[in-house]
Amino acid sequence: MASCSKTQVILLYKMLIKECKKLPSYNYRTYALRRVKDGFRENLHDDNPKSLDRLLNQARESLAVIKRQASIGQMYSAQRTIVEETGVHRDI
Amino acid sequence: MLSKTVSTKIMGSMRGFPSHRINYSTSSVNVVGRELIKSRALEKDELRPLYMDFQATTPMDPRVLDAMLPYQVNYYGNPHSRTHAYGWESESAMEKARKQVADLIAADPREIVFTSGATESNNMSIKLLEETIRPETSLVSVMTVNNEIGVMQPVEEIGRICRSRNVFFHTDAAQAVGKVPINVSDWKVDLMSISGHKIYGPKGVGALYVRRRPRVRMEPLQNGGGQERGLRSGTVPTPLAVGLGAACEIAQQELEYDHRWVSLLAKRLVQKIMSEVPDVVMNGDPEQRYPGCINLSFAYVEGESLLMALKDVALSSGSACTSASLEPSYVLRAIGTDEDLAHSSIRFGIGRFSTEAEVDFTAEKCIQQVKRLREMSPLWEMVQEGIDLKSIKWSQH
Repeated sequence: MASCSKTQVILLYKMLIKECKKLPSYNYRTYALRRVKDGFRENLHDDNPKSLDRLLNQARESLAVIKRQASIGQMYSAQRTIVEETGVHRDI
Repeated sequence: MLSKTVSTKIMGSMRGFPSHRINYSTSSVNVVGRELIKSRALEKDELRPLYMDFQATTPMDPRVLDAMLPYQVNYYGNPHSRTHAYGWESESAMEKARKQVADLIAADPREIVFTSGATESNNMSIKLLEETIRPETSLVSVMTVNNEIGVMQPVEEIGRICRSRNVFFHTDAAQAVGKVPINVSDWKVDLMSISGHKIYGPKGVGALYVRRRPRVRMEPLQNGGGQERGLRSGTVPTPLAVGLGAACEIAQQELEYDHRWVSLLAKRLVQKIMSEVPDVVMNGDPEQRYPGCINLSFAYVEGESLLMALKDVALSSGSACTSASLEPSYVLRAIGTDEDLAHSSIRFGIGRFSTEAEVDFTAEKCIQQVKRLREMSPLWEMVQEGIDLKSIKWSQH
């Protein structure tokens, strides 16, 4: 089960969170962070190596998508939304 | 009998500002009204309003854009070209997308026709059946989830009745696809319209589900090269079709998760507003609904003025397709809403990308502005004093 060791999962999780924070759009960023956290939490107790493999591959694909979309978002950036400036509510 | 000044002030306060010049003949109010919310581009550093108009359109999911881009850059072949790799790869992407759409509604891929959107699909369904209509056949067409109040129709029941009477059943599922589970066989639907930009997909593409068993025979609306089994000629736009397919696949995966999130936020919004502001009515059935579409009527406050006051939130008072006219929503009138409440309605749209912070901000602003507008309203003052507005005899001057 070397392909799905605990350290690997944690590393992948941290990388995902790091890339999600780079999404310039407030709505995409908050969704991605929430979805990644909930996704990992949901499968916390999964022991089956096959499904773990599948999930990890899914996570790696998502990481690639997020990286690309973060770049595109930065290239075509727009103004920030009202809710980002208030400082009272911070989702990230 | 009210004095002229008080009556003028009432008309003015209904619009949220004192208006000494407006006389209260309805035609002139409508002409002025159309100019009230002026369209303008945002300044460079101006902050963007929150998006709470998910029924009008939805932002594309980043995963959808990611799926589409290769077909906008390198894989640009015509999917109907049969003689080279550009055509083959484009066709394969189109067929994969077709399967993704079909899987979402439990249909066969051969039953999906790509169109330019739900409007085209709707027109196709109705016009094409006119050709095959015999005196004893007819068509029932129903919206699965209403775009103004979010109410969901009992489609299974309707389907059962139509099937037993040998009547075609079409449903416009634009607001329902990917938000509630759909099974065209369980529902006994013969035709179903799907819209891309309502489910976090691209604009300009949709689909029409056409049942094969029992066969629904149709005449094409658009003639040409015979694409889409002759039902809809025209090159299928592969990038858009791929986007629609990806949106459908994502919707299927995320259906439960999104539904939980949207329900949570909707409950939060409604509870917050209703706990702080009296005389608020939610339009539409409280149980049979899609939670992400909330239509509230704020008594004694005029809808357009509230929209103007909530300039930091992108909202609408009724559907985008009818927003040019100042007539109150036909949907609200149909469910028997009082004329004055119909003019006071706002539609809040919550979607996959909405956040708690946005909902809290919207609720707070809404509460604040409703209170402010009511303070200015003599009608509200009269209600506070216990006068029954329905008993007043208004007279013309």
